Amino acid sequence: MKPKGFDYLRADSVAEATEALAQGGEDARLIAGGMSLVPMLNFRLVEPSILIDISKIKDRKYIQEKNGMIEIGSATRQCELEKWDQVESKLPLLAKALPVLGHYQTRARGTICGSLVHADPSSELPLCLATLGGEVVLSSTKGERVVKAEEFQTGMLSVSKQSNEMVVAARYPIAQGETGYAFREMSQRHGDYAIVALAAVVTKNKIKLGVGGVADKPTVREWDHLDGTDLDDALNAFAWDLGGYDDIHATARYRRELVRRLGKKTIEEAKNASVR
Amino acid sequence: MAEIIEKSKFVGQPIERVEDNILLQGKAQYSDHLATRPGTAHAAILRSPHAHAEIVSTDVSRAKAHPGVFDVLTGEDIEKISDPFLIVLRAPINQWALAVGKVRYVGEPVAIVIARDRYVAEDALSLIEVDYRALEPAVDQEAAALDGSPIVHEAAGSNVVSTREFTYGSPNEAFAEADKIVKIKVRYPRNSQTPLEGFVVNAEYISGEDLYDVASNYQGPFTSHPVMSMALRVRNSQLRMRMPQWSGGGFGIKVQIFPYVVLICLASKIVGRPVKWVEDKLEHLAAAAAAPNRVIELEAACKKDGTVTGFKFDQLDDYGAFLRAPMPGPLYRMHGILTGAYDIKHLAVRNRVVLTNKCPSAMVRGFGGPQMYYAIERVMHQVAAELDLDPLDVIRKNLVPEGVFPYRAAAGALLDSGDYPKAVELGVKEGGLEELKKRRDQARSEGKLYGIGYAAIVEPAQSNMGYLSNILPHSERQRNPKGGAAANATITVDPLGTVSVTADSIPQGQGHQTILSQIVADELGLKPQAIKVNLDFDTAKDAWSIATGNYSSRFSSATAVACYKAAQKIKDKLARIASQSLNVPPDQIGFAEGNIFDTLNPENSIKFYRAAGAAHWTPGALPEGMEPCVRETGSWSPPELESPNDKDQINTSLTYGFVFDYCGVEIDRDTGAVKIDKYVTTHDSGKLLNPLIADGQVYGAFAWGVGCALYEEFVYGEDGSFKTGTFADYLVPTSYEVPEPQIVHMESPSLVTPLGAKGIGEGNCMSTPVCIANAVADATGAKDLTLPLIASKVAKLIHADEDVPPSQDFQFTKDDGLLRGQGTAYVSATAQDVWRTLLDPVALAAIIPGCHKLDEVSKNSYRAEVTLGVGPVKGRFRAIVALSDMVEETSATLSGGLEGPLGASRGIGHVRLSETDGQTCITYDYAIELSGKVASVGGRMLKGAAKALVNQFFQRLTAQIYNSGTKNITDSGRQGNAIWQWIKRILGFKS
Repeated sequence: MKPKGFDYLRADSVAEATEALAQGGEDARLIAGGMSLVPMLNFRLVEPSILIDISKIKDRKYIQEKNGMIEIGSATRQCELEKWDQVESKLPLLAKALPVLGHYQTRARGTICGSLVHADPSSELPLCLATLGGEVVLSSTKGERVVKAEEFQTGMLSVSKQSNEMVVAARYPIAQGETGYAFREMSQRHGDYAIVALAAVVTKNKIKLGVGGVADKPTVREWDHLDGTDLDDALNAFAWDLGGYDDIHATARYRRELVRRLGKKTIEEAKNASVR
Repeated sequence: MAEIIEKSKFVGQPIERVEDNILLQGKAQYSDHLATRPGTAHAAILRSPHAHAEIVSTDVSRAKAHPGVFDVLTGEDIEKISDPFLIVLRAPINQWALAVGKVRYVGEPVAIVIARDRYVAEDALSLIEVDYRALEPAVDQEAAALDGSPIVHEAAGSNVVSTREFTYGSPNEAFAEADKIVKIKVRYPRNSQTPLEGFVVNAEYISGEDLYDVASNYQGPFTSHPVMSMALRVRNSQLRMRMPQWSGGGFGIKVQIFPYVVLICLASKIVGRPVKWVEDKLEHLAAAAAAPNRVIELEAACKKDGTVTGFKFDQLDDYGAFLRAPMPGPLYRMHGILTGAYDIKHLAVRNRVVLTNKCPSAMVRGFGGPQMYYAIERVMHQVAAELDLDPLDVIRKNLVPEGVFPYRAAAGALLDSGDYPKAVELGVKEGGLEELKKRRDQARSEGKLYGIGYAAIVEPAQSNMGYLSNILPHSERQRNPKGGAAANATITVDPLGTVSVTADSIPQGQGHQTILSQIVADELGLKPQAIKVNLDFDTAKDAWSIATGNYSSRFSSATAVACYKAAQKIKDKLARIASQSLNVPPDQIGFAEGNIFDTLNPENSIKFYRAAGAAHWTPGALPEGMEPCVRETGSWSPPELESPNDKDQINTSLTYGFVFDYCGVEIDRDTGAVKIDKYVTTHDSGKLLNPLIADGQVYGAFAWGVGCALYEEFVYGEDGSFKTGTFADYLVPTSYEVPEPQIVHMESPSLVTPLGAKGIGEGNCMSTPVCIANAVADATGAKDLTLPLIASKVAKLIHADEDVPPSQDFQFTKDDGLLRGQGTAYVSATAQDVWRTLLDPVALAAIIPGCHKLDEVSKNSYRAEVTLGVGPVKGRFRAIVALSDMVEETSATLSGGLEGPLGASRGIGHVRLSETDGQTCITYDYAIELSGKVASVGGRMLKGAAKALVNQFFQRLTAQIYNSGTKNITDSGRQGNAIWQWIKRILGFKS
């Protein structure tokens, strides 16, 4: 369980990292926290020619408010957002999701942007980004572009980032008034990959539910206000449409059951939170 | 006997472990830290991605030529220079250290690269090309036992390699006279208590001495030492095994290091340098060993009042691909105690050993107990359920009563001491069972799913080396009767009076140093801190026997006793020396506070170190006939461990403790998750040598018991693929999942060991899984429960059937562990165009994702080099693709296989074309088997990945048709894209 040989570059700036990406081509890879990438390297599932370490780029380590969003730099660790003193008030959904994202130790190294790029279908941060309608900022030697969450993750472990681009920041919309946020997930053990993860955003007129761990990427559905059996039917249709799989931990049917049952509870919780 | 209890000062005290200082500072040297000699080479092992396949050819030339590689060995090389491992049965089940001719499980070693370092060695692994011919595997153990199953070892003629039937008492009469017969069938899963530290072997062949010098974390039993030396074709003394003092855990698994010891020894001999191999976690999970999964049908003959008069056992134990010594231990180690904690006189047993295409089984903490007690305690619960009795009352009614010890159980176990009813009542009272029942009633009244489960078990310790003899009929085993279990310990007192101890327990973290220091300190009147216990081990220097090692809870009733005996010898000797200078007879001499004294006149004393020093400094002045120096070895083999008698009765272990558990669990109605609300475990393990260490053993066994009950299983697909190659899939509970159990102790000293102590480290491995299962049964009313009770499995018990899907388009795929899917794609081209494209090798090369090269080997049959993957995960494969069952422009079957460093795959797909208005509808389905590394580590994503790759194929097919210009399309890009978006939408929802 040793990786195949690769070159290593510790980039001090985004310019240096994107330059190295441009030169490295398809087989260049960025590493920030390495919580997913390093095991994949050790298994030789990923064999990069060059590994560009962006975790030490100083000006990429920040959490700041910008145009109604919270922008998080690519060197910011998950634990830094978790411990950020405004996370409860500005990003209540993330405040609920971060404690179940992996483990204390992995959050101490893993980055916010790294998790978005890795695009694990069960991952909490892409689910929150999709549900809140956030965006990511991509940079390359040719410039910067902003991609909306729904256009960023294209499938399992796949994002619309080009091989010469690097995610330099993620933007999560700031919590609005009279809006409730709730997050739940079911995993076998604390910190495991979610079998089903649910994020709900409820306003006076709208219900938005994002589901992770079922389809190949987080999937969000929005309804005008629904109650009772209408909500049950809507959740049931959503559960079937997600088309989950059987694996050794859970059946597709179990995932549908969780979408129906926990989906309802998550929405209720968000609804109650919005009233307060 | 229990002779020291009265006089002990340190034994029995909760003394802190002397081991913890170095362990907590992180300064302990584990096997991987052992110094290696300059020039040591490093090995990496190529493992089979197939569950069952013939090795057609192996090409190692590129790997051998790789810079930094010293050599590459295959089974053919190994077969010439070593013998197959000796096994317990006389059956043609030959295993060498590398696969010869055939591979029989995923992860089986196929070749070994010896190189400058591990990185280079692993680089070279990917250069070895093995041509396999895949065979149908025997995976399910019940199917494997049937006629017509694929055979794992053809020469053995059947997968069932041993069948034995036993009768004790009059079971037929008991069943004929029963008021009710309660029957259950249980399937105990495969699991293992995975140590933090994997296998490590450092081996050097020293040619001048014709000696293999090995440093490894092998844990015994040393019955497998001759297995290694015979495979290496040397005498025992030519295989020197050294084990370091510190271990990152063993739990039984580390006996299974022995094939690797042989492999690395042979590698060292061939390359002429020391070779080191360190097992990685994937290797460990896939190929180290597992406790055997067992199917048990158990019938209980009952009276109306819940009295059980007889058991009928039918056990089918799955040992995987090979029967490695000392297998089938788990099936026979518990044999004498097949009636558990109960006074049941009539017993019938059928034991069958079956081989399958899985990793070989081995001893794992609990060693056959978890499987057996799962059946016994589930049937006792079921007796209560079916007779409408309280489960605890059924346990009470059937327990071996008080006052009958020593008690001979039906199958031969001699229960040495105890008072089971008293222990049960103690646990009920101390643990607050009545309050727990109120909690349950309260929870139920609130609509919660809450249950209480019980388990009462007998915990055996120190195996009788004759326990496996029962696998042979009495007539055959008479020729070479086996029984007993020897232990050794040596105490040395040096010229300055310093005491040091060595012993044969090969500890894996249990605290043996501390306990031995307590025992010796008590005997010699010293403080435990003054006793230096060194438990690293060297077969070339230390006293050992076949029973040596760390397994079957043999420490407290074996090694500890040997140490006690050695201490008595030292004491006798020093008493005689002291009696000379104190002028009193030796039997009047006492030892305390570093002094040796006249017990009638304590003032008359001599310092301990002076008496000991006399044997070194002035040996000439020693009492007549006494040998110089102070070094004594204590050896011990209890007489109670006899060979099985002519009625097949055997006392399988020396001591038998008692464990009584109960717990309350709550099940989440939405998710099915089982939460342990309260757990009480009551132990009577005889005299507790150190209560702190005893509790530590209970916590550890309990944590694994929780794992077995709720999380842990080695999962295999129907194709034999191994699906739990990481700790994200093999789920070990963490501190979040394991509550702290309430421990209650009772001490009924053993009557068969001088220390009165029994084992305590395995009990909860046996009691906890079934206790939790019984609680889940109580909560749900379910009878058929298969561990681990993961949430999705429990949810199935409590959730009503699902309504039909709202849309009729939803297609269910068969869940047989294969990657299955189906879908529909539309192409704006004629069926003829599509057909032509599929048949054109050049076009096909462009369609197959990641295809570098495609050669037509015969008509419609191709060989290709492809790079496949999802996202950043990529691997290079050699592919074979063939088209068959071809109906022109209508349908075809695509079949093929892939081989590469990430694994092997076989698949079949059907494609059907139908054309309407110049547009072709392609419907397809596929079933893919995937085995090897990527299947073992990526289980969660495989179905999605397969779908993505199949999608890519059709995406490229569409693009190919447009690009090749077979269809004249205006603005093909836009239209293609729009169509593709539409197809994707359909696929996304329907396939």
